[in-house]
Amino acid sequence: MMETWNYIEYAAWGLSALFGLLMVMDWIKTDSTYSEDVLTSSREGELEAMTEESHKG
Amino acid sequence: MAQTDITSSERDGMGPHGTKVGLLRVLGPAHVWALGVGIVLVGEYMGWNFAVGKGGAYAALMACWFAGILYSCVAMIDSEVTSTVAAAGGQYTQAKHIVGPLMAFNVGLYLVFAYTMLEAANAITAGYLVSVVATMTGYGGALDQRPFIILVIMFLAWLNYRGVLATLTFNLVITSIAFIAIIVLFLSTSGIIGDGIMQHAALFEGHEKPYGWIGIVAAMHFGLWFYLGIEGTTQAAEEVRSPARALPFGTLAGIMTLLIAATLTWYICSGVLPWEFLGDGVNGSVAPLFDTARLSGSNALIWFLGIGTLFATLASANGCINDASRAWFALGRDKYLPAWFGAVHPQYRTPYRSIVFLVPIALIFALGAPLDQVITFSILSGLLGYTFMPLNILMFRKKWPMGTIKRGYEHPFHPIPAIVLLCLCAFTFFAVFLGYGTQLVAMIGFYIVVSLWFHFWRYRFVNRGAQFTMPWPKPLGY
Repeated sequence: MMETWNYIEYAAWGLSALFGLLMVMDWIKTDSTYSEDVLTSSREGELEAMTEESHKG
Repeated sequence: MAQTDITSSERDGMGPHGTKVGLLRVLGPAHVWALGVGIVLVGEYMGWNFAVGKGGAYAALMACWFAGILYSCVAMIDSEVTSTVAAAGGQYTQAKHIVGPLMAFNVGLYLVFAYTMLEAANAITAGYLVSVVATMTGYGGALDQRPFIILVIMFLAWLNYRGVLATLTFNLVITSIAFIAIIVLFLSTSGIIGDGIMQHAALFEGHEKPYGWIGIVAAMHFGLWFYLGIEGTTQAAEEVRSPARALPFGTLAGIMTLLIAATLTWYICSGVLPWEFLGDGVNGSVAPLFDTARLSGSNALIWFLGIGTLFATLASANGCINDASRAWFALGRDKYLPAWFGAVHPQYRTPYRSIVFLVPIALIFALGAPLDQVITFSILSGLLGYTFMPLNILMFRKKWPMGTIKRGYEHPFHPIPAIVLLCLCAFTFFAVFLGYGTQLVAMIGFYIVVSLWFHFWRYRFVNRGAQFTMPWPKPLGY
């Protein structure tokens, strides 16, 4: 049982590194593929703004 | 302009005002419920029992229901304001529109700290639970908990990074299982199914108020633990398909679920575990529901409640990552923090930079700080947020009285819930001061310093006009 848990510990280290790596690689890829204008174009209240325009008819 | 369905696949949540990539509107009321209850339910599995240690079992029940009133007020107030101010950032965005930028900056930080610290506390707990499982399965040495703590944070951050629908559907499943586990434990131990093992009268005799009334006051602090985090539902505001319907529905269903779960938890645990053991969350009962299952003698219950404890912990950490990152993202989008944090992933449509940025911060707290300190700072930040809420709703109703703007939900008996909430917050501050005075003063000192920084330096970078996005009429009196 000692050994099994030692392997589980190694697996946890490995998976942690894998998830971290997946995020960082995708982050770098995304930042280099798209312009900063597109990435930070989100504006608050878009839904509300549209509802308001609809009301104005 | 013709009626436009912003939730259609063509529009996909994006509007005509320059948003090329925005958060995705895909969530329903069940996801809102899962976000709110998911963050909180771990408090039923562990933590609340410190209230028993402060003032006995009756004190814990009083704390449970007092805090229940406090949080019902929170849920009603939040439902009204957030169904009207439906944007990521939740209470931060509410504060910005209703009170002003300095309040908003502080509220944004309360949210990020409360959730990130809670995430760290959950990861520490998950690591501990894995070590308990290792011991139960015959592992002789001391298991290194660090890889499991890190794995919880990394896996859940990755899930959050990949998309909100999968993240909160995952929360819906594991939160439901954890809630059902409490119901099953109640049915199996109370005598409704099979023989009951409850011994309330015998266990309470002679221990009604072990520390008198001051013990009951002190227990209030940990009563919050039953519900702490239900206000997190508001962070989903920009990602639900129908904010005006889903947010009040999910939030109010959430507080009802928690009132049931909290009362059942108190009833089950106080009827089986002696108060001295139940009230010592460090050397006594770390996970009281699980300990009760162990005393039931049923292996199936032990496994079910063990899984429930782990799932509740994971659901809480998952919801915290979701909420902390939305609050940080909203601060970045308004340039209260560097605009760089206001980025949305073009494919997954999540605030990916905020999610990744908060990972090392959660890791530092999870690996480097003691659990009780992490929890205390989380509670204190939450409590500061609750104190803001009654002031917020009073100003909201005064500046925009009923009928001037369309509200998704209108809470009843105004201003009674706001006044009750304010009084209960004052009472809880006193209770916290009894146990954690130094931390309270240090925390308030910290927020004063960052407020000065924001006022004298950071605010010059904020887009002052563009930050107010709600198409509301001018407030009354302006």
